[in-house]
Amino acid sequence: MTEKEQALLIDFGSTYTKLTAVDLGRAEVIGTAKAPTTVQEDIMIGLENAMRRLKEDYGVDPGRCGRRIACSSAAGGLKMVAVGLVPDLTAEAAKRAALGAGARVLSVLSYELTREEIERMEALKPDIVLLAGGTDGGNRDVILANAGRLAQSSLNVPMVVAGNKNAADAVKDVLIEAGKDVRITGNVMPELGKLNVEPARVTIRSVFMERIVAAKGLKRAENFVEGVVMPTPAAVLAAAELIAKGVPGEPGLGELMIIDIGGATTDVHSVATGDPTKPGVTPKGLPEPYAKRTVEGDLGMRYSALSLVEAAGVERVAKGIGQAGQAGLGGRKGLEDLEGREGLDEERIRSIAQDLNRHTDKVPVTEEEYQIDTGLGYVATEMAVERHVGYLETVYTPFGASYLQYGKDLTKLECVIGTGGVVIYGRNPRLVLQGALFDQAKPDLLKPITPKFFLDAKYILSAVGLLAEIAPATALRVMKRYLAEI
Amino acid sequence: MEQKTIVLGVIGADVHAVGNKILEQAFREAGFKVVNLGVLVSQEEFISAAIETAAEVIAVSSLYGHGEIDCRGLRDKCRESGLNNILLYVGGYLVVGKQDWKETEKKFKDMGFDRVYPPGTLPQEAITDLRRDLGLEAGA
Repeated sequence: MTEKEQALLIDFGSTYTKLTAVDLGRAEVIGTAKAPTTVQEDIMIGLENAMRRLKEDYGVDPGRCGRRIACSSAAGGLKMVAVGLVPDLTAEAAKRAALGAGARVLSVLSYELTREEIERMEALKPDIVLLAGGTDGGNRDVILANAGRLAQSSLNVPMVVAGNKNAADAVKDVLIEAGKDVRITGNVMPELGKLNVEPARVTIRSVFMERIVAAKGLKRAENFVEGVVMPTPAAVLAAAELIAKGVPGEPGLGELMIIDIGGATTDVHSVATGDPTKPGVTPKGLPEPYAKRTVEGDLGMRYSALSLVEAAGVERVAKGIGQAGQAGLGGRKGLEDLEGREGLDEERIRSIAQDLNRHTDKVPVTEEEYQIDTGLGYVATEMAVERHVGYLETVYTPFGASYLQYGKDLTKLECVIGTGGVVIYGRNPRLVLQGALFDQAKPDLLKPITPKFFLDAKYILSAVGLLAEIAPATALRVMKRYLAEI
Repeated sequence: MEQKTIVLGVIGADVHAVGNKILEQAFREAGFKVVNLGVLVSQEEFISAAIETAAEVIAVSSLYGHGEIDCRGLRDKCRESGLNNILLYVGGYLVVGKQDWKETEKKFKDMGFDRVYPPGTLPQEAITDLRRDLGLEAGA
């Protein structure tokens, strides 16, 4: 017998298979459990291990949960290559569509693909290729030429075509002729400067469910769950949209940002229009998606600790760690910043990063380790948000200064939610998230000025995104219950 | 017949928005597809837009006297970007003060513009030229 009133939400992560069981009637989390993901041998082993724990620890019988759905970032996540025409226009639009669908974007290519680029794509082994180029009625030649080259390539993966609609038929014919799996969808940029990522997102998601789940060895799980319905990042983005917008009868929190600081990447999601908040500012560049996701592959706490130091520079990292020390972390022997010159010189920073990079499963134990993690988390947040938000450019005209805004103005944003180990299990999550704040020294970067900070205390954002598929109002209530203001 | 596309905008650090809207309206009513980039448009933005939309014409306005500096090199960049046959039109207060129009026109034609219009030109004049240059029948 199953309990219609219980839902089991599964996240097949790259390292852990995580379960969240929810009592739908009471909108309550009744248990969480995790076990190492076993995608190499049989995905079910890890899932069954986690389910056993759920039963032992919480008395929840997963077999009796009436609803069971899953998301996945196992086996490398959803890997995509995006192809467009002009880098700032359709190539950028294609990239945003792929990111919004929860993909890991391995490469973004523009103009006519060269032989070398095709070879690189073949080596990257993407799960899906997104092919865009040209506005509707605009350039047809380049997307057609690229379809021809993809047709001749050894890439045997689904190709989602989201370019000039007047070239779509010809593109389809060329690819089908070569035996490729082709899906035609709406142009990511039907008119110049108009972004239209939703159709591509929907198509990518259906390809994910039809083809990628099986290709990743997750098919067996589908005997047990109703479906592996989306990549994990897409679930987080879905949760972000739900929390921001609310549902009829249950208001959301309004425009917000979610920062997910992981071992390999730092993801930033913003659900906000990002319209200029100051008068006399002209928006420029490609419009931004209302629900926008950026992924920083070089900013992370473990796998990407070295590249984080590389990207931020030793000084900035030292400052971050020093700041965590000033906030009371690190104990009496805490590490000072570079100016303090106490134990935190360049060599020390590099060896810390190397150590974290080598021991990716390291969990902080000592005061000093907490201080380091907090400092690194702060820097990762700071840089990821800097790259996510828009910026102002001042143009001096004969009539005085004019301002151009590229990207989203998030200065008035009121809600920042943090997730990921360093904020959930760390000692000072607020300090980490303060990396998202507006910086007087960089007034052109449109970061939030006075937001409230919240914590995804039970680590349930992706589960909430999944639950939104079947019971959005309940999902929202569950999320609100466990969001902790800090 | 297929609609011809015009990329329209005010170049440089120029914020004059009114004439731009009037031109957009006039070109659209004349049956063209207009991609209006608005004010404060850089050469690169004109070119990128023309590539994606496969435009036949780039129509540049400049009304603050710095047109010469802003427009210099646009033809070369078009060629460099593969826009070999694109028509370049320019109009407005292209230079400061009362300079001889013939000279100004020659200056801009030497820079690679196909049509150069002095202040006070009515949109209809440009539309007639567009039809002629694009091989469209008059009144089509």
